[in-house]
Amino acid sequence: MDYFAQQLINGVVLGSIYGLIAIGYTMVYGIVGMINFAHGDIFMIGGFIALITFLILVSMGLSAVPLILLVMLIVSMAVTAVYGWVVERIAYRPLRQSFRLAPLLSAIGMSFVLMNFSQVSQGAQVKPIPPLITGGYTLHDSGNFAVQLSNVQIMVVVTTIVLLTIFSYIVSRTRFGRDMRACEQDQTMAALLGVNVDRTISMTFVIGASLAAVAGMMYLLYYGLVDFFMGFVAGIKAFTAAVLGGIGSLPGAMLGGLAIGLIETFWSAYFSIEYKDVAAFSILIVVLIFMPTGLLGRPEVEKV
Amino acid sequence: MTGNPTANILEVDHLSMRFGGIVAVKDLSFTAKRGDITALIGPNGAGKTTVFNCITGFYKPTTGMIRMIHGDSREFLLERLFDFRISKLAKVARTFQNIRLFAGMTALENLMVAQHNGLMRASGYTFLGLIGSPGFRSAERSAIDRARYWLDRIGLLARADEAAGNLPYGDQRRLEIARAMCSRPALLCLDEPAAGLNAREGEALSELLRLIRNEHDTSILLIEHDMSVVMQISDRIIVLDYGVKISEGTPQMIRDDPKVIAAYLGTDEKTAIAVMAGGA
Repeated sequence: MDYFAQQLINGVVLGSIYGLIAIGYTMVYGIVGMINFAHGDIFMIGGFIALITFLILVSMGLSAVPLILLVMLIVSMAVTAVYGWVVERIAYRPLRQSFRLAPLLSAIGMSFVLMNFSQVSQGAQVKPIPPLITGGYTLHDSGNFAVQLSNVQIMVVVTTIVLLTIFSYIVSRTRFGRDMRACEQDQTMAALLGVNVDRTISMTFVIGASLAAVAGMMYLLYYGLVDFFMGFVAGIKAFTAAVLGGIGSLPGAMLGGLAIGLIETFWSAYFSIEYKDVAAFSILIVVLIFMPTGLLGRPEVEKV
Repeated sequence: MTGNPTANILEVDHLSMRFGGIVAVKDLSFTAKRGDITALIGPNGAGKTTVFNCITGFYKPTTGMIRMIHGDSREFLLERLFDFRISKLAKVARTFQNIRLFAGMTALENLMVAQHNGLMRASGYTFLGLIGSPGFRSAERSAIDRARYWLDRIGLLARADEAAGNLPYGDQRRLEIARAMCSRPALLCLDEPAAGLNAREGEALSELLRLIRNEHDTSILLIEHDMSVVMQISDRIIVLDYGVKISEGTPQMIRDDPKVIAAYLGTDEKTAIAVMAGGA
C-alpha cells in the first residue's frame, strides 16, 4: 500500500509536467489544425533558459533561493515565449494557406533546427543543476518503506494547478480567450468580425510556449538535469497525452498528461521499466479503438 | 451619380471578376446610398455572391474599384483591404448564405467577439485586461450592454447563455445579423438572410432590417431570392444576370421591367412582354 502511494505521488508529478506540455499541442491543434512537432523542443529550450538564468544569477552572487526561482521562472517563460512566436512566424505562418502537410513537415524541420541549435550552442553533454529545493515530508513510515513527498514535488504540482487556473480563466472569461475560441471554430468569420486572426494565433503559440517553459523548468528542478535531446521523448509523450485526452480539449490534455504519467510510473514500478513506453502507447491504442476522439474529445458532427 | 459625394456609401466602379475563362461579373457599376436598403437580385449564378466576395475582400477583383465612403467622407478602396481590416477600418460587415455562428459559444459570447476591436484597445492588447484595469472593465461592461441590447431586439435575451448552435434556425439567422451589427458596421452586407425561413420568421427579419435602417447609422446591401422580403423593404434594387447589370430602380420599376422578368423566366424580352400582357 505504501509503495502504491509513493508511485501515485511520482506519477502525478510526472503527469503534471506532461500535462503542461500537452496543453501547447492541443491549443495549437485546436486553432490551426496542425501538430506542432517542435513543441517538445520548445520545452527543452525552456529548461535550458532556466538553467542559463540560474547560472547567471549565481555568478552574480545571488543566493536567495525563492528569488532565484522566481527570476528563473519569469525569464524562462518570457524568452521561450519569444522562441514560440518566432517559430510560428517563420516556419508556420508563411505556409498557412498551403496544403495541410506542409506546416507539419516544417514543424518536424523546426524540431531538428532547435535540437541541433541547442546541441551546437550548449554542447551535447547532460547539464546538471544542484538541487535548489531540498527537504520534504515523510507521510508514512512502515519500517521497511517510507512514503516520501518532497518539496520539489509539491512545487511542481502547485505550480501546475496555479497555472492551469489562470490559463482556464483566460480561455473562458477574457476577450483573448473568446477570440481564440472564435478562431478555433471559424477563422474567416472571426476575421470578418474584426478579429486579427494572425495575432490571435501568435498569442496561442506564445502561451503554449510559456507553459512548456514552465514544464521545462520543473523538469530541470525535479530531475536536476537538461540535455538537448530531452524534448524529443517528452514531446512525443505529451503529444500522446493530448491525443489520449482528446486533441483540441484543454481539460483533456491535462487528464491525458496525468494518465500517461501514472501509467508510466506504475508500469515501471510493478512490471519492467524497459517497457514503460510500450505500456503507455498500448493503452493509447486501446483507448483510441474504443473512444476514437479520446477521453474528453468531442466528435465532429457535420451538419448537412 | 449625384452631386453630393457623401450621399453614396458604396460605389462599385467597372468591377469585373474573371475565373480562368469564366467571367462571373462583367463591368458592373452601381452605388448604394447612405441609409438605404439596396438589394442585389438575379437568377442563380448571376454573380451576386461574387460581388459580395469582392466587397468583403475574399476575391481580388480582376479589374475595377470598390469605394467605401464614410459619413466623415473618409474613403477606403475595399479591393486593397483584406481580412480583419475590412471590418476594423472600412466598417463593412457581412453574413453568408449558410449560418456561420460560433456554434460552440453562447449567444452572448458570439456578440462579444464582434466587439473585439473596441475591447482590444481598452484591454491594452490583453495585458490590462488580465489584471482587470478599470478602463477595461467599463469597456467590457458597455460591450455586454450593447450585446444585451441586440439580444433584446431579436428576442433572445432569455437565451443569452445558450450555445448558439442549439438555437432554432430562424433565431440563428437573426443572431448572425445582431452579431454583425455589434461590430458597428457602416455597411451591412447580407447574403440571403431569408433563406430557409418560414413566413412568420421572414416577417420578423424584415422588421429587424427596417429597425437597423431607421434607428442605426448602418446602410444595408442585400442579396435575396425571397421576393416578398425584397419588394417590401428595399429602397433600391439592382438586377444582375450573367454578371451584367440588366436593371436598376425602385421595387415598383423592377417589378414591371420586362428585362428582369425575361431573365427570371429564362426567355427573351419579347416573350416576357407577351407573358406579362397575357397575365394582365
